[in-house]
Amino acid sequence: MSTSTPVNTNGTKASNAAKPSKAGAVADWADSRLGLATAMKKNLRKVFPDHWSFMLGEIALWSFVVLLLTGTFLTLWYRPSMGETVYHGSFQQLNGLEMSEAYSSTLNISFDVRAGLLMRQMHHWAAMLFIAGMMVHLLRVYFTGAFRKPRELNWVIGCLLLLLGTLEGFTGYSLPDDLLSGTGIRAADGFIKSMPVVGTYISFFLFGGEFPGDSIIPRLYTVHVLLIPGVLLGLIAAHMLLLVYHKHTQWPGPGRTNENVVGYPMLPVYAAKAGGFFFIVFGVTALLGGFLSINPIWRYGPYNPSEVTAGSQPDWYMGWPDGLLRIMPGWESNFWGVTIGWNVLVPIIIMPGVMFTILLMLPFIESWITGDKRDHHLLQRPRNAPTRTALMVALMTFYGISWMAGGNDIIAIVFHLSINSITYFNRVAVFLGPIIAFIITRRWCISLQRHDNETLLHGYETGVIMRDASGGYTEKHLPLPVADQYTLTARDRDEIYQIESATDENGVQAPGTRKERLRASLSSWWYRNNQQKPTRAELEAAHHHAADEAAHDAPLVGQRADGHQFDGRHGTEGDDLAHHKD
Amino acid sequence: MRLRLKSTASRVAGAVSRRRRSRFAAPAVLLIGLLATGATYYAVSPASASGSDSSTDAVAKGRNLFLVGCASCHGQNGEGIVTKRGKNYGPSLIGVGGAAVDFQVGTGRMPMAAPGPQAPEKKVTYSKTEISQLAAYVASLGPGESVPSKSDYDTSGYGTESIRRGGELFRTNCTACHNFAGSGGALPGGKYAPKLVGVSSKHIYEALLTGPQQMPVFSNDVLTPQDKRDIISYLKKNERTQGYGGFSMGALGPVSEGMFAWLAGIGVLVGFAVWIASHTARVRKREEGTS
Repeated sequence: MSTSTPVNTNGTKASNAAKPSKAGAVADWADSRLGLATAMKKNLRKVFPDHWSFMLGEIALWSFVVLLLTGTFLTLWYRPSMGETVYHGSFQQLNGLEMSEAYSSTLNISFDVRAGLLMRQMHHWAAMLFIAGMMVHLLRVYFTGAFRKPRELNWVIGCLLLLLGTLEGFTGYSLPDDLLSGTGIRAADGFIKSMPVVGTYISFFLFGGEFPGDSIIPRLYTVHVLLIPGVLLGLIAAHMLLLVYHKHTQWPGPGRTNENVVGYPMLPVYAAKAGGFFFIVFGVTALLGGFLSINPIWRYGPYNPSEVTAGSQPDWYMGWPDGLLRIMPGWESNFWGVTIGWNVLVPIIIMPGVMFTILLMLPFIESWITGDKRDHHLLQRPRNAPTRTALMVALMTFYGISWMAGGNDIIAIVFHLSINSITYFNRVAVFLGPIIAFIITRRWCISLQRHDNETLLHGYETGVIMRDASGGYTEKHLPLPVADQYTLTARDRDEIYQIESATDENGVQAPGTRKERLRASLSSWWYRNNQQKPTRAELEAAHHHAADEAAHDAPLVGQRADGHQFDGRHGTEGDDLAHHKD
Repeated sequence: MRLRLKSTASRVAGAVSRRRRSRFAAPAVLLIGLLATGATYYAVSPASASGSDSSTDAVAKGRNLFLVGCASCHGQNGEGIVTKRGKNYGPSLIGVGGAAVDFQVGTGRMPMAAPGPQAPEKKVTYSKTEISQLAAYVASLGPGESVPSKSDYDTSGYGTESIRRGGELFRTNCTACHNFAGSGGALPGGKYAPKLVGVSSKHIYEALLTGPQQMPVFSNDVLTPQDKRDIISYLKKNERTQGYGGFSMGALGPVSEGMFAWLAGIGVLVGFAVWIASHTARVRKREEGTS
């Protein structure tokens, strides 16, 4: 178009935009009222990195959705009442028995509501998976260092979710009012009463009088279907918003830095993956609910405070404090007419609080010790943080042994062991186990670090054995592909925290020195034995060495059956060892 | 008529005679002889004629069996053996009654294969007759509960009312050790309450009556024979009832449920996560194809 003649803009008719498609019209209608287009445009293209371990949290998220769906179904028939009624439903063994309306309606759901038992079982399995999913997600986040700045608060939210999920599970476990759940409430009443001074008051407040009263089931119901789910939803929303705000962490690799995120956009790839995973979680829960009998309340019978059954255990996530309760010696003290039952107070009230506080504080403890205040968006392999990894494995060992102790009677009958021996073993193991696990894990990580450094400097083992002129045998090592070398070296060097000066300019002890000294020695303990990645000089020297070796082998190339066909540096096409015959 | 009979007899005799030199003849005769001897012995043998057996005879036979199989622990007169340290090597059987013997020997718990915290249920070593003889002998040592008759423990025709009562009695008296589904439970020191599923009505009745091993005695004053039958009818009803929820995972309560949540649930879901992450978008595949 010539620039000398101006464009004729004086058309006789106004230009019209093409008629929008139906979907476009709807989108336009919504956008002009909600103004979401800008936000959606950005967020639908939000990039997420790809790794299986990043999907563990989704197990919890989707189980929660299954819980909401099946839970809503159950509320349609469940009656949260301790009013007495006589059962006349389909289950013959309990026919004509007096029971609470809560139990009767749960039996009704199980036997007389279409798909009711499936929904009940799916709800229970989803609850087990919800908390298990949160825990494996927590372990992934911790072991990879994804909790570091700027994500500490999201760690805290995650911990609160775990705590609330556990409470939600416990309240749900109590609702059917069968013998097992009633035993659980009875135990909870005992735990509350073990708290000195305030225990009895709290118990009477919760139960509306002495146990069992007639208000605990309706109260737990409100907590279970309204209060905790509401808080859970809010926290899950905050957890996800923070995830979007911080952007997802990623594994280091070529092209992946602390400043970018490499992956696929939300639409269509991640929407499909995450949406698909929801259906998988739903399907697995449905299969579990359809084929595996969970909490067969009709076998337990209605709750009656004078009855109890062997194998009375909480659901798995409450198993570890129950285990501590089972191995705790029966210690008791009396002060001025007040009895303190340490045997209940310590394992059930104090220990969960201590463990939860430790869990909550882990990111803050680590960043204080290391003095690391930088932003981290690249993940660390567990081996590259040996003390951290070992610390979590020690905590897991403590958890595992306590958990095992919670199933001591089942272990005893299944494996024909003495329950006393199991208890004595666990009493020792709960202290020794974590220490041993810590030492082994830390050394293991350090060995893996050494191995990484060795492959960087000397190449990987090819499995090709070479015989030299003098008859000696050596295994051929080849340098790692450059991308792998990059990935292995894309980590920071650990810096042990140093005190600047113990004294000020006047030779007087500087303020806060004692704290700083502790910090320096902890930092040294945290990092001291770690293997640092090779320096540039070391790598260059190693590369020279590798080049020399290649030059040394060069004259052998082309010899018959010299093995070089398989050393990775030469193509093997057209080379047929089987035809070399003497 | 007579003639025809005669001719039939002579024809059979002739047929037998013709085959007398057959190579099967000698074994056949031997077999017939043995069967005849065995049948005669069975007919006149006192062991099988338990109905007509006099009780003193059974006691005497039971004593012989006792001396061989039981006396090494329970003493030659069933008086029990006390070790040098004053511990119980084998308890006294005086006054335990025939029901105890019928339970312990009838479920294979006795004779014990080895000393241990508790005698486990195993293959029954004695025949029914021998067990009744042993029971008769032990019953003769002192008064005790006798072996219950079928009418004592028979619950056929028991309906809803009994089953419901039985369930309540079961949950009040039994579940604390035997578990809500009768799957068994642990007791201190390697002892245990055994599984109740598949145990015969008679043996349950006898166990209630005699309190074997760790079990307390539920005498007829504590649980009337009717109560006992109600409990049995509840247990038997449960055995006849299908597993409504699916596979019971041992009916052991939340421990096995938790194990399945982790192994089957989380295990499968993590597997799927790995699968989803490894099947990535097509962009990547094309990239791999070109490299």
